[in-house]
Amino acid sequence: MRPRTRAWGAFALLALTGALAVASAMPASAQEDDEETPVDEPEFVRGRIQDKTKEPSKPLEGVELTAKKGDREVGEAVTDEEGSWEIMLPGPGTYTVTLDTDTLPKGVGLRDEDKASLEVEIEEGRAKGLIFAIGERTTTSRSPAERLLNLGVQGIRVGVVLALASVGLSLIFGVTGLVNFAHGEVVTFGALIAFFLSASAGGPEMPLVAAAVLALLAGGLFGYVLESGLFRRLRRRRSGNVALIVVSIGLGLFLRHVFLIIFGERPRPFTEFTVQKNFDVGPISLPPKDFVIIGLSLALLVAVGLLLQGTRLGTAMRAVSDDRDLAEASGIDVERVILVTWIAGAALAGLGGVFQGITDKITYDMGFTLLLSMFAAVILGGIGTAYGAMAGGLVIGVTTQVSTYWVESKYKLGVALAVLILAVLIRPQGLLGRAERVG
Amino acid sequence: MPSETAAPVTGVAPEPGVAKPDPILSVSGLRKSFGGLVAVHVDHLECQRGTITGLIGPNGAGKTTMFNLLTGFDRADAGTWSFDGSQLEGMLAYQIPRTGLVRTFQLTKALAKMTVLDNMTLAATTQRGERLRECLVRPLWRQQEREIEARADALLERFNLAHMRTEYAGTLSGGQRKLLEMARALMVEPRMLLLDEPTAGVNPALLQSIFDHVRELRDDGMTVMFVEHAMDVVMGISDWVVCMVEGQVIAEGPPASIATNDAVIDAYLGAKRTEEAQTGGGG
Amino acid sequence: MDIVEVLADAIRVAIGPLAAAYALAAVGLNLQFGYTGLLNFGHVAFLMVGAYGTAITVDQGGPLWLGLLVGVAAAVALGLLFGLPTLRLRADYLAIVTIAAAEVLRILIRGPGEDSLTRGVFGIQRFGNDFFDLNPFPNGEYGIGRVSFTERGLWVLTVAWALVAVFTVLVVLLTRSPWGRVLRAIREDEDAARSLGKNVFVLKLQSLVIGGVIGAFSGMLLAIDRQSVNPDSYLPVVTFAIYTVLILGGPASRLGPIVGAVLYWFVIQFTEGFAREAIRAGWIPESVLDETDIGALRFALVGLGLMLLMIFRPQGILGKREEVLIDAQ
Ligand SMILES: Nc1ncnc2c1ncn2[C@@H]1O[C@H](COP(=O)(O)OP(=O)(O)OP(=O)(O)O)[C@@H](O)[C@H]1O
Ligand SMILES: [Mg+2]
Repeated sequence: MRPRTRAWGAFALLALTGALAVASAMPASAQEDDEETPVDEPEFVRGRIQDKTKEPSKPLEGVELTAKKGDREVGEAVTDEEGSWEIMLPGPGTYTVTLDTDTLPKGVGLRDEDKASLEVEIEEGRAKGLIFAIGERTTTSRSPAERLLNLGVQGIRVGVVLALASVGLSLIFGVTGLVNFAHGEVVTFGALIAFFLSASAGGPEMPLVAAAVLALLAGGLFGYVLESGLFRRLRRRRSGNVALIVVSIGLGLFLRHVFLIIFGERPRPFTEFTVQKNFDVGPISLPPKDFVIIGLSLALLVAVGLLLQGTRLGTAMRAVSDDRDLAEASGIDVERVILVTWIAGAALAGLGGVFQGITDKITYDMGFTLLLSMFAAVILGGIGTAYGAMAGGLVIGVTTQVSTYWVESKYKLGVALAVLILAVLIRPQGLLGRAERVG
Repeated sequence: MPSETAAPVTGVAPEPGVAKPDPILSVSGLRKSFGGLVAVHVDHLECQRGTITGLIGPNGAGKTTMFNLLTGFDRADAGTWSFDGSQLEGMLAYQIPRTGLVRTFQLTKALAKMTVLDNMTLAATTQRGERLRECLVRPLWRQQEREIEARADALLERFNLAHMRTEYAGTLSGGQRKLLEMARALMVEPRMLLLDEPTAGVNPALLQSIFDHVRELRDDGMTVMFVEHAMDVVMGISDWVVCMVEGQVIAEGPPASIATNDAVIDAYLGAKRTEEAQTGGGG
Repeated sequence: MDIVEVLADAIRVAIGPLAAAYALAAVGLNLQFGYTGLLNFGHVAFLMVGAYGTAITVDQGGPLWLGLLVGVAAAVALGLLFGLPTLRLRADYLAIVTIAAAEVLRILIRGPGEDSLTRGVFGIQRFGNDFFDLNPFPNGEYGIGRVSFTERGLWVLTVAWALVAVFTVLVVLLTRSPWGRVLRAIREDEDAARSLGKNVFVLKLQSLVIGGVIGAFSGMLLAIDRQSVNPDSYLPVVTFAIYTVLILGGPASRLGPIVGAVLYWFVIQFTEGFAREAIRAGWIPESVLDETDIGALRFALVGLGLMLLMIFRPQGILGKREEVLIDAQ
């Protein structure tokens, strides 16, 4: 056993990071806008119809909407000059809200013609916002092949971000054997830092690109703190696998709810790149930011791959993964390699969080939601290897996204997890990994 | 050089794969590779009942892997093997001890968080109290438990561990753990023991005692096969020696013939004896 | 600020049905994790199938006793479903697969609409009336001073702690037998157990299923007490909380789950009450913490507690340091 004071030092450090984050957060949590706060009495659906293809976006007045429960019509609304509408509902339940596309101005239509009717589930005393995405009227609806192709490309986007976020999880497992259940919180941390730097009212409001770079650095710092403050000490105490898993679960739970206190429960977007007009490449139609994210992530992943292959550090990492004792005996500074792996892995995870926040919204638990998919990616690819995480991430991303062609997207996470379970059962060593030594 | 009792393996030619008059263990075409590396490739090997067989070979020769394959801890790519009338291939690891073939591990697996006595009583087979339906009713298994404990105590006495009876096994020394593991294996009432480096990391003072036990066991009719790196020890105690190199049995025979076997000498000159220092470290 | 009221509240929760249900869940987990070393991170799924088994049966017109049987049967089925494929995996993979499987199950229960068997996000309500009809206590308030329960609360509480007692005794009997000795061997080194002829797989499965059924009772208890099931009450965080209870009390100890649950709920409720009062009294500025943050504060504390316990006192209050799974082998 080690002296306890050291571990306490670790917590002091962690607490400090937390306090810093709180300090930077305060202005943000004070500012709340009233749009989606739950009302306590009756149930509502509401929304705002805007033509976002225009700059600035133009509210559409006089658009008619109806709400139905089953076949029974329960309410209707017409948008006001702000484009806003609201329908009061008779109680909790499942409703279908239909937008009458004939009441839209000329030349304007729904971005996706199939989405004129949206199904919504309202719980007791809740109001829910509905978004009808307005865009240029698409002349022809897409063929199944085109839809599948687009889903596939979206899947690649999901996959590369997943891969970026999971490389660290995999490499850290490789060099230390730690299955880090708090890795998701590193991802969230990156997104939150970028949010506070760029989009928070009390923050410095810097451009998102600069904030993303700082988030990458902050992620690396976070990795440094976690490794040198906590996990290195636990390793020195020869803590077992099971103990480490439990510790990382506790850590994740703690961080996640600290984030919740700081950031609040409501998902928030970055202020830049929120809504973009789709950009068409042949039959593929995606917002430009998605193309940029795919390109950047791929470039980074390739760079990581090359670093692992070509540099002494990469060789050292692989040596430590293969056989720690042997690496140590041949003069590699194992502890330093582990520290660098943590910093690099956490930095990539932080950036992954920013990307995830750009394509989706930022929530206090976005990393945890992603965690199981990351495990899926890492295990599928072969835990401990960087390429494995990349390959696994792509497979998981594409599978889940393409699956929404057949199953409703609320089951999407379920699909990812099912793939994970199958992967573990059929090939526990992963697609690229090796079997373990017995006896 | 063979021990005082009459060497039971007489009149068998010292060549790899030779048949024995009364084999208790018989292996054919056993093969295992890891990726490109062929870890074990044994065409034929027999083990004579009631003898001590020493298994030697440089580090990485495939000795542990062969034990793993024989006892179901690793799956063979090919091969058949039988023990005293039962075909073992395809059996699961837990079924094999029940046929009377029990192994120990190179890295001792004394259960450190259980007491020495629990380690011993655990190992007894066909305990009624291990069945879910009966374990709740103590009277059903109390008598058997007493018998098992008596047997365990006798063995602990014999292996000089009686004074540690109620201690956690984690408090034992490396050598004591090896002794405990061997004593525990005997609780299974095996007819053959596969001992993987029973002396690794053992204090030289205890070393002699371990081999005295092995000899006693043999004299009681047990068959023993053990892996050992110290050549003088192997030569001193074995009735028969098998030498593995790169997964294959390159020589077998009485100790004297092995000591002068050119292939064996070659293999050992190639790999020197530094390995003794490296192996070991009992848990 | 009324510190006495906060204390009374904390004591009420610490001996109430909620604490009993957590104790029960922890008794089950103790068998799986404490004694067998199974890193089951999908324990909440056992609570969920127990609760849903009961709720759906009653919702479809069945009697409550049948619902309870269905809940138990569902837990056995789930144990086999979890266990058969996963129990051959390493501890860390088992953790990942069980947490994933529990989430898949929850997503499947949550997915369908209001008219389905599970009623999706709306959940099922008011299926425990038969249980409350059996209440032998006459109307009134029962208790000492400010710690008191209604006859309804007392009835649930009595049944709950009785169940805890029964299952604690069961687990004690099981783990003190040679069967339990094999479990402890498996916890430490399953290869060692195998090399001595123990059918590791079957014993792990038995442990998982029995622990799961105990977990299902906990789920049924909670659901009947609340008269409501909802998929969003069975998040992974519940499993983590049960781990905290178990490690607080002491894994592989007889009374650990009970001590852990009582203490856990006392601390949680006291801190929450205290924080709420402190915010109201203006001791904590609203910009740092407001009342809506109190739920988050609870789980932050649970996480911190779980981490600190595992680092500094993995044997909890009652466990034996020598037996706890802490060191690498
Ligand atoms: N699970 C495994 N995966 C990959 N290679 C393995 C595995 N198990 C064993 N090997 C390799 O098989 C070869 C034989 O190993 P084995 O442990 O059987 O040797 P050994 O004769 O027992 O050596 P020693 O005397 O050092 O104990 C070695 O090269 C080893 O690296
Ligand atoms: Mg070996």
